[in-house]
Amino acid sequence: MERVADSQRTLYPYVTGTSVVAIKYKDGILMAADMGGSYGSTLRYKSVERIKPIGKHSLLGASGEISDFQEILRYLDELILYDNMWDDGNSLGPKEVHNYLTRVMYNRRNKFNPLWNALVLGGIKNGQKYLGMVNMIGINFEDNHVATGLGNHLTRPILRDEWHENLTFEEGVKLLEKCMRVLLYRDRSAVNKIQISKITDEGATLFPPFSLKTYWEFSSFKNPTAGAEGSW
Amino acid sequence: MENNQRLKLKVYTSLSFPLSSLPRQTPISSPFSHFSPVQYKRVPLGFAKMASSVVDLPPKGGFSFDLCRRNEMLEKKGLKSPTFLKTGTTIVGLVFQDGVILGADTRATEGPIVADKNCEKIHYMAPNIYCCGAGTAADTEAVTDMVSSQLQLHRYHTGRESRVVTALTFLKKHLFNYQGHVSAALVLGGVDITGPHLHTIYPHGSTDTLPFATMGSGSLAAMSVFESKYKESLSRDEGIKIVVEAICAGIFNDLGSGSNVDVCVITKGHKEYLRNHLLPNPRTYVNPKGFTFPKKTEVLLTKITPLKEKVEVIEGDAMEE
Amino acid sequence: MTKKHANWSPYDNNGGSCVAIAGADYCVIAADTRMSTGYNILTRDYSKISQLADKAVMASSGFQADVKALQKALSAKHLIYQHQHNKQMSCPAMAQLLSNTLYYKRFFPYYAFNVLGGLDNEGKGCVFTYDAVGSYERVGYSAQGSGSTLIIPFLDNQLKSPSPLLLPAKDAVTPLSETEAIDLVKTVFASATERDIYTGDKVEIVILNASGMRREYMELRKD
Repeated sequence: MERVADSQRTLYPYVTGTSVVAIKYKDGILMAADMGGSYGSTLRYKSVERIKPIGKHSLLGASGEISDFQEILRYLDELILYDNMWDDGNSLGPKEVHNYLTRVMYNRRNKFNPLWNALVLGGIKNGQKYLGMVNMIGINFEDNHVATGLGNHLTRPILRDEWHENLTFEEGVKLLEKCMRVLLYRDRSAVNKIQISKITDEGATLFPPFSLKTYWEFSSFKNPTAGAEGSW
Repeated sequence: MENNQRLKLKVYTSLSFPLSSLPRQTPISSPFSHFSPVQYKRVPLGFAKMASSVVDLPPKGGFSFDLCRRNEMLEKKGLKSPTFLKTGTTIVGLVFQDGVILGADTRATEGPIVADKNCEKIHYMAPNIYCCGAGTAADTEAVTDMVSSQLQLHRYHTGRESRVVTALTFLKKHLFNYQGHVSAALVLGGVDITGPHLHTIYPHGSTDTLPFATMGSGSLAAMSVFESKYKESLSRDEGIKIVVEAICAGIFNDLGSGSNVDVCVITKGHKEYLRNHLLPNPRTYVNPKGFTFPKKTEVLLTKITPLKEKVEVIEGDAMEE
Repeated sequence: MTKKHANWSPYDNNGGSCVAIAGADYCVIAADTRMSTGYNILTRDYSKISQLADKAVMASSGFQADVKALQKALSAKHLIYQHQHNKQMSCPAMAQLLSNTLYYKRFFPYYAFNVLGGLDNEGKGCVFTYDAVGSYERVGYSAQGSGSTLIIPFLDNQLKSPSPLLLPAKDAVTPLSETEAIDLVKTVFASATERDIYTGDKVEIVILNASGMRREYMELRKD
């Protein structure tokens, strides 16, 4: 039996990012993630970009181990570069990139050496929208909206209620902000520095980070003991 | 017997076999096998009263956790402890302008199986106080029943309406005493002389005072609704609408929750228990032709062997010899 | 230093039920479309059914990543078969291939519970049922996955198949007509959904017969 200290495998994550939320909208895909990088329960980094454009048609969001994500970005750079070298006018679309990622993730789990991430891949090619997910053991699927980590518990109920095919850009951003606000309130590792990005047939756009307005003024929040006077 | 000495175990007369007869390796026979299934669902592990033969000091009251150690040891040896009926639940509550609204789904599960499609999870505590329960069904029912009876006695004694803090204190005391082994996660709500109150109580006995609360396996789904829709001083109808939405979020997004929505609205001097307020899950398909089932068991053998002739009946007292 | 580390498992169970019924000249293969993990629904619309050949359709539940890998392995092998033999694989041949493919991973199994349905060389319906490591059997009907314990007794009651020990051998195919079989499938899924938390959302039904393949969907409870 191999000793844990000698192991070259990821046995537990070091620096992690929390949820990524993404939706299809009228013109493409919208994706949101905060910029926190947690070291255990310490907020170690506050400006980690967890959404990156891949090739011409795709956007990749990641939660989980940040170093593994950056390794994946290296794989994808190489993939896109080698594809470009054919110089045949073809380019990898989101479906191809997602499929590649599912195989990479599944292969690593087969070697008992997983990449400690849940990845969201969104994109659009020739008007065809695509949004999918893959996690550290290779489970993968497509849907109209996806979320990783705690987002799966806290934001997908909202998305299932409120998402529809013809969301405009503004409506889509509003919906994502609503999701990110719930995560900010209820996910202890979420931070109030959020990035939203979109991808349409015109290409990917990463918007500058912003903060959400929050509300803490409920009267029972102000004096919590007043609510149970006589108990402890 | 070395087994017992090493582990310093007392021998309990309630066991149907001596511990030393246990094989060292798994599988071991279950000491629960002599309970009928209905019974063992209702016996919390570790709190069967001690029927001990070796007690050094006279009991001073308090609780014995000896059986927990026994159970831990048995589980290490590979015992499968019986599963309980869990209400893997969505329960919620919120404070609105003139009171409290509680809500619950109606699914009870046993592992992956739905054990009850329409159970009641909003329990009566006092005429002005109700309590939603999540966790082991038996625990939530027992604990709310016990406290509601204590409240009733307290009312007879004082001649006053029960207060929500009183219920809260009874519940948390009980749960804390049992160190989390009574798995009841509760949302307690009511209106008393001091106004509307809403609390959550965790199985270990910690409590919260909140304007809105969710519990159970669907708590995150329900909380997503509250965190994006709750405001202070909602009207009755707005309040019910948000509670129903929160429960539905649990029902449709959490596999541990399902079926119908129960609601309970408590205001000053008045309450309304809306059992099955919403039924959002009708059956999807019924075969138009129905089904026929064979009326009787197939007859395999018609030859009858009379037993009587083969038995020699001795009249009189056969024992005397 | 002993460091507490997050544990992971290479397996998950993504739930779902699969059913197949063989008739004299048809085969019905069905599965629900819910994919879940723990108490969480990942998606309500994931097809568990894959067409492996013209007359062989597989429905699989279990661990989605393994199921997907299995499907990919089988279709790659089927592609090679077509190149070598210039024809589609028959359903019984595919059944053997599936068994071999599963057993190949005997000591790191595909966590996949499959039923394979199709038409044999005489055009008769056939159903093959498997365990995760490739033990298989030709039967008249079968159910696999999270709701199978609820479904099988009902199918047994309605379609009691003749014992395989009987002499002369009797057909394992069910006596139902195609429409009756589809009705039965709809009923068992509606019923399994009532009591199994991992089954629901929608049922996808594939019908194979002499005139080809057809697909039907029916909504199920979403709670």
